[in-house]
Amino acid sequence: MSKILVIGEISDGKLNAGTAKVMAAATAIGGEVTIALLGADVAAAAEGASKLAGVSKVLKVERAENAHILAATFAPQIVELSKGYSHVLFPGTAFGKDIAPRVAAKLDVQQVSDIMAVHGASSFDRPTYAGNAILTVDAPAESTIVATVRLASFTAVAEGGSAAIEAASTSAVLPTHTRFVKLEAQKSERPDLQAANKVVSGGRALGSADAFKIIYSFADKLGAAVGASRAAVDSGYVPNDLQVGQTGKIIAPELYFAIGISGAIQHLAGIKDARTIVAINKDPEAPIFEIADYGLVGDLFSVVPEMESKV
Amino acid sequence: MKALVSVKRVVDYNVRIQVKPDGSGVVTDGVKFSMNPFDEIAMEEAVRLKEKGKITEIIAVTIGGAKCEETLRTALAFGADRAVHVKEEGDIQPLTAAKALAAVFKKEGANLFLLGKQAIDDDANQTGQMVAALLDLPQATFASKVELEAAKVTVTREVDAGLETLELDLPAIVTTDLRLNEPRYLKLPDIMKAKKKPLEAISFESLGVTAAAGLKTAKVSAPPKRSKGVMVKTVDELVSALKAKGLV
Ligand SMILES: Cc1cc2nc3c(=O)[nH]c(=O)nc-3n(C[C@H](O)[C@H](O)[C@H](O)COP(=O)(O)OP(=O)(O)OC[C@H]3O[C@@H](n4cnc5c(N)ncnc54)[C@H](O)[C@@H]3O)c2cc1C
Repeated sequence: MSKILVIGEISDGKLNAGTAKVMAAATAIGGEVTIALLGADVAAAAEGASKLAGVSKVLKVERAENAHILAATFAPQIVELSKGYSHVLFPGTAFGKDIAPRVAAKLDVQQVSDIMAVHGASSFDRPTYAGNAILTVDAPAESTIVATVRLASFTAVAEGGSAAIEAASTSAVLPTHTRFVKLEAQKSERPDLQAANKVVSGGRALGSADAFKIIYSFADKLGAAVGASRAAVDSGYVPNDLQVGQTGKIIAPELYFAIGISGAIQHLAGIKDARTIVAINKDPEAPIFEIADYGLVGDLFSVVPEMESKV
Repeated sequence: MKALVSVKRVVDYNVRIQVKPDGSGVVTDGVKFSMNPFDEIAMEEAVRLKEKGKITEIIAVTIGGAKCEETLRTALAFGADRAVHVKEEGDIQPLTAAKALAAVFKKEGANLFLLGKQAIDDDANQTGQMVAALLDLPQATFASKVELEAAKVTVTREVDAGLETLELDLPAIVTTDLRLNEPRYLKLPDIMKAKKKPLEAISFESLGVTAAAGLKTAKVSAPPKRSKGVMVKTVDELVSALKAKGLV
């Protein structure tokens, strides 16, 4: 039977919503699942993790050095914690992508990146070429399987569990060659892009940070999160953490608006799992219309305010 | 100070990928190949650091078959001083690549290793982190700003919450994100000059590297197609369709 170690991610002291999706992948693999949480004080996150359905045990790995997430200090601890587990799963977020390969290399195993479907304990689907070619891969079953989970492919497990919370420690010697300096977080009252049910994204067509306000305003009316194409981010209309796509965030909302976005394959890679895609573009030939559920040809500067007044 | 930059030959980012009907892979015959865009950014960063006088030598390295020499020539045209070609055919998975690159980094005695954060073919996003693990060196992934000093490098990283800054002692491993810089347009004289720059071919064997056990690809398939939607004529039509589905 598989023994699975899920590395939980903590954001602002609480369990990140992605962990419940990693749990869904762990449940599909089947077996006994432990969630490990590393931090200086992980009490609140451990509380959240213990309630997730299917969790047998939550490990609190608390030490002062864990106050900041650093791959160089987290990886040796996770390597030690992974002893006796068949799988070590990370969320496919910046956090997981940074740390997982460092753990895999230390365990001398290849890593499975971005699991999007589970066929068995060691057989998985993963995307390549911006999601345009899906590989079904078999990992050697005799060694530990280290993987990241593509969150957009899984539905969060429900709450209702009541797993035991235990303190755990390691004897890992932590390097001091990497030091945290600062985090410039974008504080926003709006829903989180990666967890939101509705997302409104704007592209290069907006033309300026000021003009992008019509996207925010429409999103607020819908209670939606705001996203953007790479072109909009590169042009400085919005901060980088709003980028959706192959190299930005991969999302799966119920409703996605692509406004003034052409539909480059790298952008589409981020929205393939959206339930309903609405595209607004003045060019009837824009590739975004090939994948949109609803397309409207028009000038966004008149269409968006009209939509806002009518929803 | 020496910088090593790894570059990979990949299917160009503008190519529409076709999966072969027999599920054995993607069509690569007659398809345009280029340097992985993230590696161009890594090359550009190294060249800028050299132009600022922070780096004295740039070494470009690639792993792959004979055709990858083109990619190294491109790196030399960017401004690498010399190139190392680890000549190995076949499917080279990230841990194996990382072992070879770590060996080259050590052999060259480099202080900074710049890699793209991911290659746009396998999208693995692993190699830089694995090199850092194998050498027990600091890593800063997804860099959008790199400030190099004599004994340390300060890197701003694109993380999910915003921008994070880390300070790393050298030697260090840095992987590049899209907003680090905009790679220059290569000029003909630089391309010509690149043809004469030194390029050394070596093998896994000479580096003492053996391929790590790999993942087996059982099949390659095309993603499920989204069914073609409908074009609406007016905002009213759109809003009522979305309302009917309970979406707004
Ligand atoms: C390695 C790599 C990774 C990348 N990763 C990503 C990624 O993660 N995410 C991403 O988004 N991109 C990514 N890109 C970039 C991608 O290739 C495109 O360049 C980008 O998505 C284009 O953004 P856009 O659609 O906003 O701009 P454009 O392609 O310029 O499209 C603008 C659109 O707006 C329309 N328009 C103009 N004016 C109006 C108006 N008044 N009303 C209505 N419509 C209007 C135009 O018809 C056009 O279709 C990546 C590229 C590379 C090389």
